Amino acid sequence: MAHELASQSLLYLDDVKVSFDGFKALKGLSLVIEPGEMRAIIGPNGAGKTTMMDCITGKTRPDEGEVLFEGGSIDLTGLDEAAIAELGIGRKFQKPTVFESHTVEDNVYLALKADRGPFATLFHRLSGAEAARIDEILETVHLAERRAELAKNLSHGQKQWLEIGMLLAQEPKLLLVDEPVAGMTDAETMQTAALLRRIHASGKSVVVVEHDMAFVRELGVKVTVLHEGGVLSEGTIDHVASDPKVIEVYLGR
Amino acid sequence: MITHFLLKGLDRRVVVALLLILAVAVLVPVLNLVVPEGSPFHVPTYLVTLFGKYATYAALALALDLVWGFCGILSLGHGAFFALGGYAMGMYLMRQIGTRGVYGDPILPDFMVFLNWKSLPWYWHGFDHFAFAALMVVLVPGLLALVFGGLAFRSRVTGVYLSIITQAMTYALLLAFFRNDMGFGGNNGLTDFKDIVGFNVQADGTRAALFALSCLTVAAGLLFSAAIVHSKLGKVLVAIRDAESRTRFIGYRVATYKTFVFVVSAMLAGVAGALYVPQVGIINPGEFSPANSIEAVIWVAVGGRGTLIGPIVGALAVNWGKTWFTGVLPELWLFALGLLFVLVTLFLPKGIVGTISDLFARRRAAPPVDPTAQPQPAE
Repeated sequence: MAHELASQSLLYLDDVKVSFDGFKALKGLSLVIEPGEMRAIIGPNGAGKTTMMDCITGKTRPDEGEVLFEGGSIDLTGLDEAAIAELGIGRKFQKPTVFESHTVEDNVYLALKADRGPFATLFHRLSGAEAARIDEILETVHLAERRAELAKNLSHGQKQWLEIGMLLAQEPKLLLVDEPVAGMTDAETMQTAALLRRIHASGKSVVVVEHDMAFVRELGVKVTVLHEGGVLSEGTIDHVASDPKVIEVYLGR
Repeated sequence: MITHFLLKGLDRRVVVALLLILAVAVLVPVLNLVVPEGSPFHVPTYLVTLFGKYATYAALALALDLVWGFCGILSLGHGAFFALGGYAMGMYLMRQIGTRGVYGDPILPDFMVFLNWKSLPWYWHGFDHFAFAALMVVLVPGLLALVFGGLAFRSRVTGVYLSIITQAMTYALLLAFFRNDMGFGGNNGLTDFKDIVGFNVQADGTRAALFALSCLTVAAGLLFSAAIVHSKLGKVLVAIRDAESRTRFIGYRVATYKTFVFVVSAMLAGVAGALYVPQVGIINPGEFSPANSIEAVIWVAVGGRGTLIGPIVGALAVNWGKTWFTGVLPELWLFALGLLFVLVTLFLPKGIVGTISDLFARRRAAPPVDPTAQPQPAE
């Protein structure tokens, strides 16, 4: 049964446990993301959202449990960050991190899917196809006008978009997006929701971790609620919002 | 592919700097060798050698800027690569002495005869050939950088911890080279050189040629470094400097990139050291001293890190100051150097060249004020 589930999934986490110095960050977390699915993950601070992302992207190695990718064919627990990124998992951090002293377009250029070896990059020449792709991505994330500017001059919200643009440039199969609307204005939040829906509509799987309930509602997708390192509830936003367990630990507070 | 790669680095500043360096490389030897001694334009040989020494320091500073300025690796042990290149050259020069040494042994350098050694240690073989020595000048520092850097970067040693272990590396080498049984002349090092590829090292012509070669090394180092910095790889290095884990999650192997640039930089430092030794006439373990590596960091900081041209300017300016200062108030030089470092950090954080280019950029950006093009305020 478990393996049948895994074989139809894009991302498959089963009974993942992680502890740091005795603190149990994940206590048997299981999660299945199907190909082409968009999922929102919510949960109070310390629920294990970021640790879960760390396990998927190779930053943290789980003590126990399985983390499988692409129909269970690839075990992610033995791979490093760069290898996992090459497999097609892109990650956006909670705090926007872009390359501040590069221009906006160079940020996207560096993220473009291409050979990542040092000799390939040493002699690399920007091709017409790459330039067109950069234009397209900058249009998508509303930054075409600011392409020649240094990334450090962007506003907070624009940095978040640039980072999403960099994710797109990697052409990942799965995007992990950690709190994309933290610190954004309401208008920017709605634009970001539209942007993520558009990315999802283009056939990519997206996992969004977010605190902002209005934003999650705007996304209109299946929601997973984490609490104390495990899954508390799963379903539509209305389903989880009316789940008494969720109300008690999260929404009720 | 290679020409395109090299040409990409040629922005206007680099071209001007290259032309200046090449002009000096020709002009100074001409003023020394062709202009008669009575003329006010004559450059005395001691100055040629002094400038030649500065040029090798400039190449070391350039090498350091490549790792520190562009990849954020603050190496406090780059003097070790410089000294290793110097020792490789010194070993070649020792083998050229032949029977002209004090003990007249055709094979063994004087210090080995003095220590009662019967035969040449294995690692001294081959150094009688210039080509072999020249290869070792880049290979030995490169290999040390590969092993040391590879291990450190793979273990994700960064920041101040990396600085400390590079410092420990050069200190360990200092202690090792002090030992007589290492076979590198111990405390006294290698000296009493006679000739290099058949030319007397003391001759004016040889000194002028070594000066010109040192300038050419700086020029070639600048051209090559500029090409690296302007390539996509150079952009990745800056990305690592600014946001290392972001670079990793985009799929770049950070350790590989750091090791690559560390090795390239160590090789350039080795070449600089190799040109330094025949000009000053000696190489001893003192060159591994941690203070030397720290001084090199100060040259880069003063000139402006991450500017490539700045470190060259910084190395020349600080060393010219050092020559002048140690002539007037020798015991106060280290205090002056320390003060300089503090002042530059406080008031010129971008160094001489960084500050000047900022001023130019501001002047260029100032006139066309377009209210619609104002950056939008962050919320």
